[in-house]
Amino acid sequence: MTVLTFAKAINEALRYEMRRDERVVVLGEDVGVNGGVFRCTEGLLVEFGPMRVMDTPLSESAIIGVALGLAANGMRPVAEIQFSDFIFGGFEQLVSNVAKFRYRNAGHFTAPLVVRAPVGGGVRGGMYHSQSPESYFTNTAGLKVVVPSTPSDAKGLLISAIRDDDPVIFLEPKRLYHSLKEDVPDGEYTVPIGKARLVREGEDVTVITYGATVYDALAAAEEVEKEGISVEVIDLRSLIPYDWEAISRSVRKTGRPVIVHEAQKTSGFGAEIAATIAEREIYSLEAPVIRVTGYDTPYPLVHEHLYLPNKDRIVNAIRRSAAH
Amino acid sequence: MYRLLVLTRVLDRYLLRLQRMGKAALYAEAMGEEAAMVGSALALHPEDVVFPSYRELGVFLVRGVPVSEILDRQLNTVDDPLKGHEFAVFGDRRFNIVPAPTPVSTQIPMAVGYALAFKIRGERRLVVTYFGDGATSKGDFHEGINFASVFKPPIVFICMNNQYAISTHVSRQTGSATIAQKAIAYGLSGYRVDGNDVIAMYLVSRSVFEEVRDGGDPVLIEAVTYRLGAHTTSDDPKRYRSEEEVQQWMKKDPVDRMRAYLIAKNVIGEEDDRSLWSEVEAFVSAEVERALAKPGLEPEVIFEDVYAEPTPQLREQIEEFRQQLRTERVMRG
Ligand SMILES: Cc1ncc(C[n+]2csc(CCOP(=O)(O)OP(=O)(O)O)c2C)c(N)n1
Repeated sequence: MTVLTFAKAINEALRYEMRRDERVVVLGEDVGVNGGVFRCTEGLLVEFGPMRVMDTPLSESAIIGVALGLAANGMRPVAEIQFSDFIFGGFEQLVSNVAKFRYRNAGHFTAPLVVRAPVGGGVRGGMYHSQSPESYFTNTAGLKVVVPSTPSDAKGLLISAIRDDDPVIFLEPKRLYHSLKEDVPDGEYTVPIGKARLVREGEDVTVITYGATVYDALAAAEEVEKEGISVEVIDLRSLIPYDWEAISRSVRKTGRPVIVHEAQKTSGFGAEIAATIAEREIYSLEAPVIRVTGYDTPYPLVHEHLYLPNKDRIVNAIRRSAAH
Repeated sequence: MYRLLVLTRVLDRYLLRLQRMGKAALYAEAMGEEAAMVGSALALHPEDVVFPSYRELGVFLVRGVPVSEILDRQLNTVDDPLKGHEFAVFGDRRFNIVPAPTPVSTQIPMAVGYALAFKIRGERRLVVTYFGDGATSKGDFHEGINFASVFKPPIVFICMNNQYAISTHVSRQTGSATIAQKAIAYGLSGYRVDGNDVIAMYLVSRSVFEEVRDGGDPVLIEAVTYRLGAHTTSDDPKRYRSEEEVQQWMKKDPVDRMRAYLIAKNVIGEEDDRSLWSEVEAFVSAEVERALAKPGLEPEVIFEDVYAEPTPQLREQIEEFRQQLRTERVMRG
């Protein structure tokens, strides 16, 4: 075990896989000489050289398209998009090409690539350095979507993503990069894609979340504990595929689901979870499903702490749920 | 002209300091690129329309944007003309400046469309769009300029080649020897100008703008310049470029160069120069004090301007938000 920040854990996963497997290459804007704007690729250029750590021209479409070509031709590319807010320049490549590649080719050619991108707010980043675009991708068959919330999960899930035979969109909550540290297992360490993490056990209300809001949910759970409300917190970790077993087990126990994410409410990933709960567990419910999310506006620069699903908003939702 | 260079330099330094003090979220410095900004913008007519990138402080000042408004914008005061929705960009209909999008290059096709509307309506107005060297790697640049080469709207593309896109040197951005030559592939003319020479920038821009206003084909101008500061306030240039390189470019500092020229030609004396700097400094510092004293924006602004009329769903959320604010105020006493 070594104490690592979230960013260092990403770095460690990349280095580990690059040492283990020559096919793994990294490409993106400022990932080489600069070590990435969040320093996730620090030191990789020196160790692996410019053919495996590529500072690319400024083109998200080419980064993702080239990664697809590399992947189709036997490499294991890990593309970095500097901020997920800029992934849309490569959206055509992702949605039309990467996602549908296996299906279109009936498996003759495949796309084992990872696209890493920082997501989420809380860093005073304004409209284009704060977005949570996951549901554009969860709404696209063929892509897997992963969002780790701890350094250990960042490492374990990234290694799994690189080894996965399908394209994985790997979203890293940027406000955790340098604010979070924990013991991370050394060497070989994987976390399976598609398994949720039970962060906190509780009896009365289930908070289902992922990414940085796991910590807001935990803080809210601590607060309502004093009022005698016992909250279970589930970190989905992986959105496609998501861990229905973990959700249904908890919802059956508490009957009171609260879903939390930073992305806007309408058509956010929470809607998918809520709909599935309604389809399959409606008779287990003691209270309506409640969503605490970003509002349906572009991400604002000012007052972002009020826009985000912060602890207070989650506490309110838990109380409302528990009152039923 | 020189005064505008000085004003840009002084205000730029203040904006940087304000960010360092935590008063502004982020700032993209203009230092080193003032001549390319000021020289080109001085050739614009008031009715011409500018699509800047996030770094064009000098352009805003030339367009007549008051320093106070730039500060309101940067500090998101109650008078911020863009209501705190986004940072680091300025824009205002009154000055015919369309605010820049942060996603690099995406303003380019839009600027082409804006110019095309002038052509369709037969208005003798020009559109100028600014962008960096990095921006020329994106499809939006190529798709925009290609489109323009077919419909030939009144537009001038100005690439501020400051040598870097964050840490990436322009030689790693493209295999072309120059940015200007890319115009040729689209059947257009490209000019490569010493962007640290404000007079050259002005003269080239003036003749190109006139030609395009008169119905000439779109033109690409490459201003060769250098970003003397960091990319933004969250960047550390020591990681990717040498001190010697920066020192070399320091010698070509566009503001110093104009000063030396004016003094050599006896247009101004050392004394005039010193008093100009202290006058500008005093003016900007007073404006900064005033802006810092202003209150911030009300929380509800975050819901404004999403649509012409909020959707029913959004209305409900605004109500929920107000409720949340009331609870918080009660909790804080
Ligand atoms: C589409 C897109 N990708 C990535 C970024 C992140 N980013 C911000 S500025 C920048 C470099 C831009 O370089 P250049 O176009 O040369 O302009 P400069 O900043 O040097 O003025 C990058 C990569 C962005 N804003 N937009």
